[in-house]
Amino acid sequence: MSKLLEINNLSVTLPLPGNTLHVVRDVSISLERGQTLGIVGESGSGKSMSALALMRLLPRSAIADATTMQLDGLDLRTLDDRNFTRQIAGPQIGMIFQEPMTSLNPVYTIGRQMTEGAVSRGLLSGKQVERKAIDLLERVGIPDPAGRMSQFPHQLSGGQRQRVMIAMTLMLDPTLLIADEPTTALDVTVQAQILDLLDDLRRERQMGMILISHDLAVVAERSDDVAVMYGGEIIERGDASGVLRAPAHPYTQSLMLAIPHLGMAPGRLGAIPGTVPSLVSPPKGCIFAPRCSYRREDCTTARPQMRDHDGQHSYRCVLETPPTRHAEVIPLRAAGTPVGQDVITATNINQVFETRKALFGAKRQIQALDDVSLSLKRGETLALIGESGSGKSTLARILLGLAQPTSGQVRMLDRPVAELAPQERAAFVQPIFQDPYSSLNPRRRLAEIIARPLQLRGEKDSKVLKQAVGEALDIVRLPQRLLHAYPSQLSGGQRQRVAIARALVTRPAALICDEPTSALDVSVQAQILNLLDDLKAEMGLTCLLITHDMAVVHQIADRVVVMLNGKVVEEGPAQQVLKTPTNDYTRNLLAAAPRFEMTNAEVAS
Amino acid sequence: MTDTQISTTGVEAEMTLLTPRQIFRKRLLSHTGFLIGAGLIATIALIALFAPLLAPHDPYAQTLSARMLPPIWAEGSNPDYLLGTDQNGRDYLSRLIYGTRVSITIGIGAACIGMLIGVTLGVLAGYFGGIVDHAISFLLTAQLALPGLLLAMALVFIIGPSIWVVIGIVGILHWTYYLVVTRSATQRIRSLDFVAAAVASGATPRQVIWHEILPNLFSQIIVIFTFELGIAILAESSLSFLGVGIQPPTPSWGLMIAEGKQAMFYRPWLVVLPGICLFLLVIGANLMGDGLRDITSPEGRNE
Amino acid sequence: MLKYIALRGLLAVLVAFTVSLAAFLLLNVATDPAYAIAGEDATPDVVETIRARYGLNRPLPVRYFDWLGGVLTGDFGESYYWHKPVAELVADRADETLKLAFSAMFVTILIAIPLGALAALNPNSWIDRMALGVAVSAQAVPNFWLGLIMIILFGVMFPILPVSGDDTWRHFVLPAFVLGASSVPAVMRLTRTGLIEVMGADYIRTARAKGFRGWPLLRRHALRNALLPVISVLAVQLGQKFGGSVITESIFAINGLGRLALESILGADIPTVQMLIFVFAIVFVAMNLLADILNAAIDPRIRIG
Repeated sequence: MSKLLEINNLSVTLPLPGNTLHVVRDVSISLERGQTLGIVGESGSGKSMSALALMRLLPRSAIADATTMQLDGLDLRTLDDRNFTRQIAGPQIGMIFQEPMTSLNPVYTIGRQMTEGAVSRGLLSGKQVERKAIDLLERVGIPDPAGRMSQFPHQLSGGQRQRVMIAMTLMLDPTLLIADEPTTALDVTVQAQILDLLDDLRRERQMGMILISHDLAVVAERSDDVAVMYGGEIIERGDASGVLRAPAHPYTQSLMLAIPHLGMAPGRLGAIPGTVPSLVSPPKGCIFAPRCSYRREDCTTARPQMRDHDGQHSYRCVLETPPTRHAEVIPLRAAGTPVGQDVITATNINQVFETRKALFGAKRQIQALDDVSLSLKRGETLALIGESGSGKSTLARILLGLAQPTSGQVRMLDRPVAELAPQERAAFVQPIFQDPYSSLNPRRRLAEIIARPLQLRGEKDSKVLKQAVGEALDIVRLPQRLLHAYPSQLSGGQRQRVAIARALVTRPAALICDEPTSALDVSVQAQILNLLDDLKAEMGLTCLLITHDMAVVHQIADRVVVMLNGKVVEEGPAQQVLKTPTNDYTRNLLAAAPRFEMTNAEVAS
Repeated sequence: MTDTQISTTGVEAEMTLLTPRQIFRKRLLSHTGFLIGAGLIATIALIALFAPLLAPHDPYAQTLSARMLPPIWAEGSNPDYLLGTDQNGRDYLSRLIYGTRVSITIGIGAACIGMLIGVTLGVLAGYFGGIVDHAISFLLTAQLALPGLLLAMALVFIIGPSIWVVIGIVGILHWTYYLVVTRSATQRIRSLDFVAAAVASGATPRQVIWHEILPNLFSQIIVIFTFELGIAILAESSLSFLGVGIQPPTPSWGLMIAEGKQAMFYRPWLVVLPGICLFLLVIGANLMGDGLRDITSPEGRNE
Repeated sequence: MLKYIALRGLLAVLVAFTVSLAAFLLLNVATDPAYAIAGEDATPDVVETIRARYGLNRPLPVRYFDWLGGVLTGDFGESYYWHKPVAELVADRADETLKLAFSAMFVTILIAIPLGALAALNPNSWIDRMALGVAVSAQAVPNFWLGLIMIILFGVMFPILPVSGDDTWRHFVLPAFVLGASSVPAVMRLTRTGLIEVMGADYIRTARAKGFRGWPLLRRHALRNALLPVISVLAVQLGQKFGGSVITESIFAINGLGRLALESILGADIPTVQMLIFVFAIVFVAMNLLADILNAAIDPRIRIG
């Protein structure tokens, strides 16, 4: 029997005015019935584009080409668009997307969107279709499925919408399901539920599944086979455990070292130097060569062949045998730094928001923070964990002085924050934000951006400013030549460094970092996490880290505060909370966090 | 979503060497529509500036013996008057040349007044939100509801027509577009993290508006300014045409069309020529605006 | 839904009230209406008599509330110029302007929406470029000039349509075209960007992944969403058509409200001008209210909060 899906030598190019992007190059994948293929890669690696090419959902101007593209023995290339949409898209291949909030049409009911595919194809009678839709909604775990049919998407939560999306694609009983970052926009606990659901459905229906994710742990847990993409190419593929436990390609190896692992003792992360390759003019030789630490002369002359590793597993590299990996973990530099007195204390903070829908609408009260108390000690990294809606960002705004609590008090170095002038407060605590693309003013040069907090404090001496800016750049390891660059000329990781430099230029007593790495690729995240470790070791940085990522907490936090619905539910030393959580919710969070089932011993072997 | 992510990473890699200003200049010089528009505007501006040197005759001098001469290509023309003469025997070409001054002065003046009002209100509404926003949005709705042309006519007539009155009234009635755009842009920028970073560093609202927000509104304001330039020029010509704008004998294109109207069946050029001048000036401004918009916000093409 | 409409309605009433106040103040404070009636070189005695006759010697607030009270009871005062009740004048002429405005709107919709939609579905094609060219040119043509050119063309060269008067439907063809053309750029551009935005939305990708394409995709998934902003802009444009009728009516000699407005301005007939500004504003507010209600009926996010 032929394979369910077989694609050979797929390439996608995207002509732009003036040049052409080579988005996908020479990609070959295959998949058996009932199996899951995981495709992993950082942003811009071409993983989503490959799937969109298969579904013929590429942007209008894109050109896709392949030597083989077979589904169940049928050559997809022979179908014109009309026949492809009738026979394949929907009944054969179903697809789920990243953004559940926008992937359903806001002006039609759930019921109509569920049933229209089957109705327009005349597959079932109206009654049967409705029955089937309700059954599927029930199967994917939507409460009151019959009632939901007449509701509109905006009346459902994000997780529920993703469930509806899944049920909707199952209406036509596809043999292949493509899930493109299906849980990236969702909270950790919801993510685990959705991934479990997809896994169960695949098994029940013997569907093939392609799971696309930037998160290696997500793919590691749920795939039979894995393909690793970089710069539009597959650079390694094979069975999941082989690829992820004993990666052969230098890129995959570096990537594994860049990820903080929940199961291992925290250590320095292996950051990958350089930036992702240009898609406009990809190098002639190996795509990873410019960043590879095993680079040889022949790496840059010709593109290496796919090389068989152990039968199950192949990689695209000039090295006959995979490089042996550094087994030992380099300890964190800041491990065991002393902790001093309280720097910021918040006592009994309550925050109530009143929202009104319209000018004269009725008021509604939302308790965003409910009697929250915490303290941040000099020299420690305190992680504040919670899912969306837990109030963690509201608390951060209050601690920064950007918002006033409804009741309760914030004290900085034992003075009530209300007594501090904005300038004093600013010299005391500085923020780092999540999105490096919005945290820098695009109209200002780096020198101006970094000097701004000093200027706001009244510093006018240009010599002093220049020196302080230069020092700040050194601290975050950015070259001085970037002083006159604009933010748009920097990569995401560089921008986040600039944001950190700006925060440190006034030498504040504490930083409040709101998800500082969640918008970054893992290799860049590693650079920033290492930098935070350096800062802690070198200058005793005090840091409140707001995050949803347990692995990041494990990597750099000394102490942990867990929040749920505006309340603190658990607090304690990081390693203790992660190992032996006492609260049910913390336990759920930990259980839901995707992880590699790997021990130190395994990595060492 | 995925599409745009891919293309930006690719383009970004290529663009990182250039500063935003260099990218802007590069795109500007390769945009045909913008170049045509800018060329038209520059030419007309130069004509306005050097009108005394370019005009072959005094635009006010009446030669009663040479009334309503046709342009040079028509039968019975006089080579002394390239585009003929009007019903008072004034050289039409010279009047058209001096007409650029009226149009451009009023266009720029009115667009500036509208900008001052609109941008101020828009930034205030967008930055402070809440009750300020509600009040300004209400003002906007009320302004939109007022019939602009009718009100302008009535006011110019009552106050007494002069070039400054026309500038003032057209300006005061044309600020809504600035307001709508700057308000939503300010709301968007205000929610960005670099504003929060400035506030966390102790910046006052005034400092945030001047240092963080206004520089980012600049390109959008320029775009609207070019469009409003065209709109104000058309508004002046309408008022003058209806007799409640620029008064004779000042050469205004709208007024010239009104004066030529009585004779238009026999001497169509009296109406056609000033209309073409207006068309060229306004289309120049619009092409420039369209081009600038394409260049400064590639995602908002042709809105 | 009902609450939403009630709120919108209340806002509309507030706007109408504000507009009436603004119009009254602008026309009565900017200048002395008595001088406007009497003419500039009238003697102080004559002006004083006029003041007394029209009640202009009373304080401003009294005059405003007197006027507003009149408006609420259907009494809009008496025209200084025609010496007739203003309401009667307006009622006599409203007919022609309504015909003109709606037929102009019909022309706008007929040209702008198909052109915008075709351009959106074929971005960067020749049809897109042509649509853009039409929009840019129509925006730059002075409306009164277009009217005169039409009169020259059809009055002299191709005398197939009447160019003056308001007796038959044929008389309205050219004025409707001229007035309608002024709204084409705005409506066309909005249709185009709206549809392009919708066609790029995630939910359209979902529908394509379910196996929809071509006309069914457009009809079942894109049209309703793309219609929402177009309804709003059509309402604004229709509201502005009434004010825009001033030029068209005076060029084509249509005896409607626009011409009445021009005549009463030139005759310094402040009660009539004031009433017309108020009426046009009310029409505008009503059209927007209608659009809000239509949008609420189409968009469940408004209907079910």
